[in-house]
Amino acid sequence: MPTRTLQLTLSSPEQTCALARRLGACVGAGDVLLLQGGIGAGKTHFARCLIRSLLAEPEDVPSPTFTLVQTYDGLKGEIWHADLYRLSDPAEIEELGLIDAFADCLCLVEWPDRLSGLAPDRSLWFDFSMLQSEGARALTLSWSSPRWDTLQDILIHD
Amino acid sequence: MSQTVTILGLESSCDDTAAAILRQTDESPPEILASIVYGQSELHARFGGVVPEIAARAHAEKLDLCVEEALAVAGLSLRDIDAIAVTAGPGLIGGVLSGVMCAKGLAAGLGLPLIGVNHLAGHALTPRLTDGAAYPYLMLLVSGGHCQFLIARGADSFTRLGGTIDDAPGEAFDKTARLLGLPQPGGPSVQAEATKGDARRFRFPRPLLDRPGCDMSFSGLKTALLRARDTILSEKGGLTRQDRADLCASFQAAVVDVLAAKTARAVTIYVEQTPAHPLLAVAGGVAANSAIRARLETVCTDLGVAFTAPPLELCTDNAAMIAYAGLELFHAGHRDDMALVARPRWPLDQAAAALLGSGKKGAKA
Repeated sequence: MPTRTLQLTLSSPEQTCALARRLGACVGAGDVLLLQGGIGAGKTHFARCLIRSLLAEPEDVPSPTFTLVQTYDGLKGEIWHADLYRLSDPAEIEELGLIDAFADCLCLVEWPDRLSGLAPDRSLWFDFSMLQSEGARALTLSWSSPRWDTLQDILIHD
Repeated sequence: MSQTVTILGLESSCDDTAAAILRQTDESPPEILASIVYGQSELHARFGGVVPEIAARAHAEKLDLCVEEALAVAGLSLRDIDAIAVTAGPGLIGGVLSGVMCAKGLAAGLGLPLIGVNHLAGHALTPRLTDGAAYPYLMLLVSGGHCQFLIARGADSFTRLGGTIDDAPGEAFDKTARLLGLPQPGGPSVQAEATKGDARRFRFPRPLLDRPGCDMSFSGLKTALLRARDTILSEKGGLTRQDRADLCASFQAAVVDVLAAKTARAVTIYVEQTPAHPLLAVAGGVAANSAIRARLETVCTDLGVAFTAPPLELCTDNAAMIAYAGLELFHAGHRDDMALVARPRWPLDQAAAALLGSGKKGAKA
């Protein structure tokens, strides 16, 4: 279970996007970002900003809800953007090829509760929730791997 | 001498598995001899939602059964088939792969031509199968996973005028249903609630209307609906049936407004190219929404363009459209070989620039 946490307040979609780009600069193949939060909490918005920051040519980053997985050829290797909401059985995770992708690609996974015990120990967990003010979100990051211990320095500046 | 071509089409790129047999004699309208779709309605009922078919082997098993059944319905044997058309993408790789493997096996075993078809081209060419639409026609492809305007110029020639930059409308309907505790799929259930509601009670955003072009955004609408719902919840402690109906009606009105405004723009661009028989065709499950359909028909009437929406069973995923696209490609001399690959991503218009939030240009996925 994650042992360290970092809490942030993102006052606008633009700030969420800026955070995603900063994080995009320091992640790569083998990193697993698990995006939690209800519908409309901003998971896909965050993922879209991060993915676009890693593409050589800008392209659309559609929601993966319908297709389950969208893949991209990023500047630092292959990127997987998955939405597991429609899955009902952990065996389907394996079938999707997600376990292999965890090792070889940068993975952004929405609705990661469907992973059950399949989430890698080195994952970085994101928990998004809406705040009263329009466009604002609370974000809690949590992790147990030392891989993410420098997050504070990377994400909190300006 | 008259020429009859009989095509077997295979489709397994998403949740459904399907096979169909299409026959055309000379220039006469093609006839669908069989169209079998193994959906997952029995699973839907059990899980209360749309369950995707991920397993390649499940697709492969169902494909064999679909082909057998299609042949039985058509009263034909594999020896009567002239070519095999198969969805080669875009879609979930496992499903696409099993379709392509099955088609390669059949083509190799029977010594028949193999034709790889883009799943989206199948949808986009359906108005030619059902209505004999003449090129170039304007296509609005609007479903659970897609929303784009295309000018169809030929079986493999499409110009993308714009599309959604985030969620597709079908997805927005599904998520609205989820947020309001309505059954899936969300399209029919939200529409049914909307008929009982007041569309003016909530003023939801109409994103990107202030921006030029035909791109759309539906993600913010979902968030606005969520906020409106939560405001009512915190004020009253719960939603009344009327609240829910009003939320649905207001949501649907916003989707209708956005689609109508962007359709008008797309039609205008299309008409500037002076097509001989101007036509807007709307395909995809969302075309079944009567409010959306009625408004789009009005837009077409106002702009002097004919309107058509193929029947729903040919708008949702099916193999008849793949067989038809294969037929056009066959006549155009297109053939694939054993090197045909399954493509998870395959844009219809390779040259289209994706207009992104930042207004940059690039390749379309």
